[in-house]
Amino acid sequence: MAQEIRNIEIGGAVEACRRMKAEGWRFVTMTATEVDEDSLDVIYSFDKAYTLESFRVTVPKGQKLPSVSAVFFAATFVENEIQDQFGLLFEGLAIDFERRFLLNEEVRTVPLVNKQKLGTKRDAAN
Amino acid sequence: MALTVVPFGPQHPVLPEPVQMKLVVEDEIVKEAIPVIGYVHRGLEAIATIRDYTQMIQIVERTCGICSMIHSLCYCQGLEELMGLEVTPRARYLRTVWGELHRMHSHLLWAGLFADAFGFESLFMELWKIRERILDLNEATTGNRVIVSVNVIGGVRADISDEQRTWILKVLNEVERDIRRIEKALLEDHTVKHRTVGVGVLTKEQAFELGAVGPVLRASGVAQDMRVLKYAAYDELGFEPIVRTEGDSWARCKVRFDETIQACGLARKALERLPEGELRVKASGHPTGEILTRVEQPRGECLYYIKANGGKHLSRCRIRTPTFANIAPLVAMMPGSELANVPVIIISIDPCISCTER
Repeated sequence: MAQEIRNIEIGGAVEACRRMKAEGWRFVTMTATEVDEDSLDVIYSFDKAYTLESFRVTVPKGQKLPSVSAVFFAATFVENEIQDQFGLLFEGLAIDFERRFLLNEEVRTVPLVNKQKLGTKRDAAN
Repeated sequence: MALTVVPFGPQHPVLPEPVQMKLVVEDEIVKEAIPVIGYVHRGLEAIATIRDYTQMIQIVERTCGICSMIHSLCYCQGLEELMGLEVTPRARYLRTVWGELHRMHSHLLWAGLFADAFGFESLFMELWKIRERILDLNEATTGNRVIVSVNVIGGVRADISDEQRTWILKVLNEVERDIRRIEKALLEDHTVKHRTVGVGVLTKEQAFELGAVGPVLRASGVAQDMRVLKYAAYDELGFEPIVRTEGDSWARCKVRFDETIQACGLARKALERLPEGELRVKASGHPTGEILTRVEQPRGECLYYIKANGGKHLSRCRIRTPTFANIAPLVAMMPGSELANVPVIIISIDPCISCTER
């Protein structure tokens, strides 16, 4: 249902997730979307007694985001999916598939970001 | 004893679709499980940005070949809210009927695969024979057995006549009778219980913390079912989630059987109370804004995030499917289980990999 999505700072995502967990919210998902040429939005969604609450973090492209998988293990797989689809890398992932969660090795583009090409995390490390 | 990595899948007799679990085992006991997916990724979310949003209905209903109609229901529901459309009562009830028929055929499909997972082939065939009657209802009312393509923005494109309604009610009674007969053969069988009771236990706390959804969550004692959100006609039919507390593979099976019986009842009520009226409202203009919308698929909570900018193409269509949410709980169920129980545990979450990977 339509609801307001509040904005928070990049550095506040992990703490916000810890607070949500302590208050008894269930982790639902994270949604990434391209805002413009320079930034991405990541929306974190939670459920409690059928109320869906979400907050949004706006991330400049090329910047890494701290993973919330240490707070909600379920976030591990959706963060890996976002790495694949948007090239947005997470620091501290519980299990890091290094952009090979959904995509195979031949893929050199970032599927949901317009015209962006990116290698694997291994390429970036080398 | 040294640890061994045993690859389960991507091809395995119990898996209807390809997925791999890398199982770290010691002496036939699983210590750790790491999922490997990506075999059937189709990039459906990328298609949303290049196809007209009305064409996307045909794409989203092909996200899954089992809960197809409920995908398009969630998608259309989100766009209707963005466009300020109020669907007619008849359309809401018809959506409920086809939604519950989908739930029944999905659970029956799963039950057959579950029986087949431990070699109960005759029961697998019996369950799919019952399922065929549901698919016949789909075909007669919509033209297709599974991908029924009934949802449009603003309502539905097909109708159920009075003669069809009488026939469907008769078939639902027969199906319910047969399911109750078979349920006893499956769930009270000594061998089946030996293979499922206490296998793949997920506690209530684990289920909630790991973000489990659907029968996996409800079989662990958490009463959450998105039909309580009262979309379609559910607010007028009286509905309570089905819950068990054991959290094992047997409980997940029992929840699905009970939900199949419940679905018979909900479809029956919706047909008996089917209001007269139009099938759809006219949708003019294009959607603008963003929305998160949820429905309850047979496998659990499905969420759609839709972002539109007033044009013919959506900026974003994100689909979070229930099996994707159940990957983390599945990984948690494995440690400590015997290698021989892995197929039963995996099939007990009713995995739909085409949904997971889109």
